[in-house]
Amino acid sequence: MSCHGEQPSTKRPRGAGPVIALVGNANVGKSAIFNQLTGLEQAVGNWPGKTVEKAEGVLLHRGRRIRVIDLPGTYSLLARSEDERITRDFLVGQGADVIINVVDATALERNLYLSVQLLGIGTPVVVALNLVDVARKRGMIVDARRLRRLLGTEVVPTVAVQGTGVHELVDAALRVRNRPRRETPEIMRYGPEVERRIGKLEALLGPQRKGVPARWAAIKLLEGDTRLLRRLSRSRPDLANAVGILSGELSDIHREPASTVIAAERYALVGRLAREAQDLAPEGRRRGAEWLDSASMHPVWGYVLLIVIMLGILAFISVFGGWAATAIERAFESVNPGASEWWGALAWNGGAVGLYAALGVALGFLLPFYFILSLLENSGYLPRLAFLMDRPCHAMGLHGKAAVPLITAFGCNVPACVGCRIIENRRDRLIATFLSTLVPCSARTAVILGIVGTFMGPLWAMALYLVDFAIIIGLGRLLHRTMRGASVGIIMEIPPYRWPVPRLVARQAWARFRPFLVTAVPLIVLGSLAIECLRLAHALDEITAWMEPVTVAWLGLPAFTGVLFILGILRKEAAVVLLASVAGTVNIPSVMTPVQMFVFALVIMLYIPCIATIAALGREVGWRTAGLITAAEIGLAILAGGLAFRLLSPFL
Amino acid sequence: MPKEETEEYLEAMLDLSAGGRAVKTTALAERLGVAPASATEAVQRLCRDGLVSYEPYKGASLTPKGREAASRVKRKHRLLEVFLTRVLRMAPRKAHVEACRMEHSLSDDTEEALCRSLHGPDCCPDGDPIPPCDRDVESCATCIASPRPSGKRDRGQAVPLTSMQPGRTARVLFVRGGRAVVKRLCDLGLTPGTQVRLLRSAPMRGPVEVRVRGCDLAIGRGIALKVFVEDPGSAA
Repeated sequence: MSCHGEQPSTKRPRGAGPVIALVGNANVGKSAIFNQLTGLEQAVGNWPGKTVEKAEGVLLHRGRRIRVIDLPGTYSLLARSEDERITRDFLVGQGADVIINVVDATALERNLYLSVQLLGIGTPVVVALNLVDVARKRGMIVDARRLRRLLGTEVVPTVAVQGTGVHELVDAALRVRNRPRRETPEIMRYGPEVERRIGKLEALLGPQRKGVPARWAAIKLLEGDTRLLRRLSRSRPDLANAVGILSGELSDIHREPASTVIAAERYALVGRLAREAQDLAPEGRRRGAEWLDSASMHPVWGYVLLIVIMLGILAFISVFGGWAATAIERAFESVNPGASEWWGALAWNGGAVGLYAALGVALGFLLPFYFILSLLENSGYLPRLAFLMDRPCHAMGLHGKAAVPLITAFGCNVPACVGCRIIENRRDRLIATFLSTLVPCSARTAVILGIVGTFMGPLWAMALYLVDFAIIIGLGRLLHRTMRGASVGIIMEIPPYRWPVPRLVARQAWARFRPFLVTAVPLIVLGSLAIECLRLAHALDEITAWMEPVTVAWLGLPAFTGVLFILGILRKEAAVVLLASVAGTVNIPSVMTPVQMFVFALVIMLYIPCIATIAALGREVGWRTAGLITAAEIGLAILAGGLAFRLLSPFL
Repeated sequence: MPKEETEEYLEAMLDLSAGGRAVKTTALAERLGVAPASATEAVQRLCRDGLVSYEPYKGASLTPKGREAASRVKRKHRLLEVFLTRVLRMAPRKAHVEACRMEHSLSDDTEEALCRSLHGPDCCPDGDPIPPCDRDVESCATCIASPRPSGKRDRGQAVPLTSMQPGRTARVLFVRGGRAVVKRLCDLGLTPGTQVRLLRSAPMRGPVEVRVRGCDLAIGRGIALKVFVEDPGSAA
């Protein structure tokens, strides 16, 4: 599936209007604000780590062209994981003219922890106080005016999903753009021990370091920022020494690493800020439905619910998809002119059949799946799933965070590959990326349910899924054993449940579905026409004959399936759609035995990631590894298909 | 109210309430050289903080919490007086004024170190007794003989996060583990000294969920084992 967005360029054209960067913790509504400002469709959902690459859009505001950049969420500017590094490098590289710091009003303390670091970086900052409506409902009233005074910068209350306050936000951003930098307010100073050392280092560093204020650089150096330290030890080894001595003093006093000391002090000062700026109603409904958490993460019922949800989705899509595909087919066939001339057969068997088969898959299987996935994402269930799946994931040498991309891989492998970036550790990321390309995506679900589910029954479809899961787990274990390095555990925020906003869910499902409609459907129709041409020209047999040693001799499939495996590289669902045109009939059981259908679906499921996934893999793990993964999967599919054929033949 | 001001009021209260008498706000104002109105206001604020109880027409008296805080300041004041006169050989009058200023910024650890280096004095140069410390030590002699500070007085035993009961709250003492992990936990608010509540733990040695600074975090078992909190049992 090609549900991947545009790749934003990293270069910054001069004179193209001001650049505003959206920065904030994960899951605070940056992308929602971005969508409101630019009218684009960045993925929005209630789980941390959706945005892993920066996205870019243009906003016309009061006659001015403003470029808006949506950056991946980060909790601090001393970045360690991949997605955090992108944000930090962009900001330190002075990529933005103004920073909009999106702050979750319901978790003010933790969000201000980042704000305090942003305010020192030198670029003007506006604070978007988001989710003020939710905060108010939970009895947390944040006084924007008081916060503005404390932070010494503009603070605009917003409700991003409704678009409230976003234009005031841009006005404020343009206002502060050229405002001179102020002194660090008194409340934003650290304790005397830390402050003294910051001062010393600041004086040693001199006024400016590559555009970053000396105070900011001094703090980051004391915290042990590896990138700044490396640069410093190359240019001024004496200063790097001084940093070592000063941070050593700090850790001696507190018997904790200097970075922990500074983090603790920063949280202390942020706690003061938060207490000053917000009025709390008595503790009580601070977090919404606690019982929902207790139920959905219950040691027994949580898992029962998880299985029920997953089976429910599968059953619903299988029943609905079968019904919709048949209905669409009937509608088309009822107007079949039944032409017998060659051009009539070409137009109907090639064009119309291709079109309705593609629409059947699209409307029957893909659209409802994307709808449900958006619903799950927006509700906040995915992080709970990561919590529940952490222990089972250990069986594959992964941790719970991998469960989130692996689940989204059921929709499409492409965003899953990219989404694996939320895993901090390189080794874990590689394993998770590999495994996510084996997860039955919606296209494969269409193949499984469209062939095996429709003609052999849901139990056989389930069996196919189980085989796939067994292969994923087995492969995961194998990789875990053989690859060097150790897995680092999960550390993940669990956001409160939210009611999914129907408009957002619908828009998001549509945003994922549209690329399929505009690129895949025409491709499938063209492919269908091409196959029909080849068939009329009697050239199809030549191609399939060439693949017969594998398809017929080893896998026991009809010869005509050969061409489908080639087309399936482009899009997997094309294989099931075009099966009808290759076989020359919609009545598949008349040309394939149950064993053949099962083996065909199994091989299609495993044999190669589709072209879009290979491209994503190449970008994420490098082309060499992507090539290896692809080759491994071809081998695996041929092996598994052959085995299944030999094992199942005596019984079916 | 600034810490210094609070401590000055508490100290004055302690002096004036010798024998358990209630203190009139006018007497307090006179002693501290402030207007009666501001003394009344300060007492009201101390009341709100639970350090002082106030009965109209009778006067104010220290609560147990207030008395403890006042004794600690008094102790610091008198220890400093001993140090300034005995070691630095300052005049007693001058030492008193200096000690009044220094007592507010003296940390508990320094106070302890001071006490030990002075070999646990009993009374200040004027002959007034120094309130005893409330540290968990066997005797002054063992404390003076030990080479290291005894640590925080309320420091319970450190236990890993995973051994907490669900629903219980405890204070984070320290976090061990790789740099990246410690850093990540700190960023998310799990810094030493923070209150953390264990919400639940997944079965079969799965991850735990904790609430810290109003946010919920899922933490893998392996990492949670290295987050040490104060044993709620031993702190009480």
